[in-house]
This record gives sequence, C-alpha cells and structure tokens, in this order.
Amino acid sequence: MSKFKKSKNDGVPELNMSSLSDIVFMFLFFFMSVTTMKEVDLKVVVDVPHATELTKLEKKSLVTYIYIGQPNQHNRARMGSETRIQLNDRFAEVDEIQDYIAQEKGSMKEEDQPFMTVSLKIDKETQMGIVNDVKQALRKAYALKINYSSKRRDNSELTR
Amino acid sequence: MGKKKLPQPNTSSTADIAFLLLIFFLLTTTMDTDTGITRRLPPPVDEDVEQKVEERNTLVVLVSYDNRIMCEGREIELWELKDIAKEFIENPNNSAKLPKKVPVTIDFFGEVEVTKPHVISLQNDRATKYWRYMDVQNELIAAYNELRDELSLRTFGKTYAELDEPHQKAVAAYYPQKISEAEPKTY
Repeated sequence: MSKFKKSKNDGVPELNMSSLSDIVFMFLFFFMSVTTMKEVDLKVVVDVPHATELTKLEKKSLVTYIYIGQPNQHNRARMGSETRIQLNDRFAEVDEIQDYIAQEKGSMKEEDQPFMTVSLKIDKETQMGIVNDVKQALRKAYALKINYSSKRRDNSELTR
Repeated sequence: MGKKKLPQPNTSSTADIAFLLLIFFLLTTTMDTDTGITRRLPPPVDEDVEQKVEERNTLVVLVSYDNRIMCEGREIELWELKDIAKEFIENPNNSAKLPKKVPVTIDFFGEVEVTKPHVISLQNDRATKYWRYMDVQNELIAAYNELRDELSLRTFGKTYAELDEPHQKAVAAYYPQKISEAEPKTY
C-alpha cells in the first residue's frame, strides 16, 4: 500500500553525465564571447599613463588603435630610438593617418561609422608635439571621438 | 519490411571536445577591458577663424616644456588644479572675475543660472611630456565629475553614475564639459 516503494537496487546510482557537456559548452561560450585576440604585434614600447577618471571602451568592433612610442628591441636597430607611430602592423608617418582612418571607416558598417572611436595608446614619456600632430590629423579625418588609453590609479597616488 | 533503427551516436566525447576548446579560449583570453579618458575633438575649422571669448570666461592652463603647470598667471601644483577648476566652473558666489552665469532651462531643474560660456583652455608645449598632459586632463575631468556628482547627490540623492539617462543629460547640461585643446605653441 505504501506509495514509496523501496527500490531493489541499493547501490550508489550512476551519475548522469549527459549534462556535463552542456555545462562545459556554457563556459565555452562565455569565454568565446569575452575573448579578444591580440590584434597586432606591437613594434613600439607603450607604457600608458595612469589616471582616475576612466571610461570603459565598449564594442571592440568600433575601435581603431594607434600606437605611439619608441621602437622596441627588435626594431631599434632598423628604426632608431626616435618616437614612432604604429598603425596595424607597420610603422607610419603622421600624414598616413588620414588614409588609415578613412580605410578603417570604410570597413565598418555604415550605421556604425559615426560611433567610431580611436584609441590612442601612447607611451607616457612621449612628447606632446607628435601627439598634437596626430590629433590634428584625426580632426581632419573626422575621427573626433578619441580615447587616451590609460590604466587605473588610486587617488592616493596623486599626492606624490 | 522492418525499419532499420539508426544507431545512437556515442556522445561521450563531446565533453572532451568542448573541454579542449574551453582550455584554448581560457588561455587566449585577455580579460582586461580597455580603459581610458574619452574626449571629443572639435571638428576641423579654418586656421584663421579665432573665437573671441571674454577674459572672465576663460581659464588658461599652461603646461610648460619642463612639465610645470601655470594657471591664471602663476605656477601651481597639480593637486591645486582641481579646486581651481571647480571654483571656476561653478562660480558659487557669482563673482565678476569668474565666468558669467546665464539663465538656461534644463529638464528637472527648470530655469537655472549656469556658467555656460566658460571655457577651460588647455595649452601645452611641443616638448611637454604626455604623462603630464594626461595628469592635467585627468584633474580637469575630475573637477567636472565631482561637480556633477555633488549636484546629483544634492538634487536626486544618487551619484551621477547611478542616474538614468535623461537625468544624466540634465546634470551634464548643468555643468557642460568645455575643455579646449588649442594648438601647441613654442615659447
């Protein structure tokens, strides 16, 4: 009469493994979506400055990068130690920036183009002269939204 | 004729495959999101067009070639800059030396007097180091952010970041960010 029948098999039941792959897939999709593959080989040394008033760069597809710094060990012999600009995988001059921006803009979807952001990864020891030249070039190329890449710093560090 | 039953594929290896992919993405992931100071550049204009701004409405911040900061004709330390900028932007006592207040109608606030015509002019030398320039930029933006936070807390009881978009817009209109980055000069 009892509703709860005692099962005959008293041993430890086998674990059902079929959901394991679902869990693993979930992890997999999570990491796939947050992964950003390294875009370029850095040819310049970039140590960005520290700041407190930061904003996050969202939507990686809208971001174009410009690196400015001294050539690294491998390229120093060829390029010298003068501060250089790197676009994609090569060294460039200031007057190439406009073409580069136009090209990057062209590869974006039309509705995304106004939201294009240029991330400036500039070494902190760079002199402002070259930075200003780049900024003027960006203005001419109508890439007006820029982001000076910088790392987080605690407020206390300011009073050096 | 009996239907031939398809054999069930053995799925025990899907977990292994998924693990393999998982480990690959785990290793290649760089979690750090890009952060930085976002600014908007002014659109290109003709070189000789110079906007006239009244003297009381401008705060000139100069960063010299040897990374010293000049503000309003005297040398200052970096930590002083934020308070100077805040006082300049807000003009709390309606002083005649600080920016002119003009009546503006803003959502949620109604008609208020704000220092709309003010401009902070950030000038630097070509030899100024980038880190110093960023320090100064950071302080100026901090001044704006603090003012906006104070105003949000006072009127809505929340920080600026916690407000929803229309409220944020209203607060931003109360303290519009106006940092002009002039062309560099050589002194």
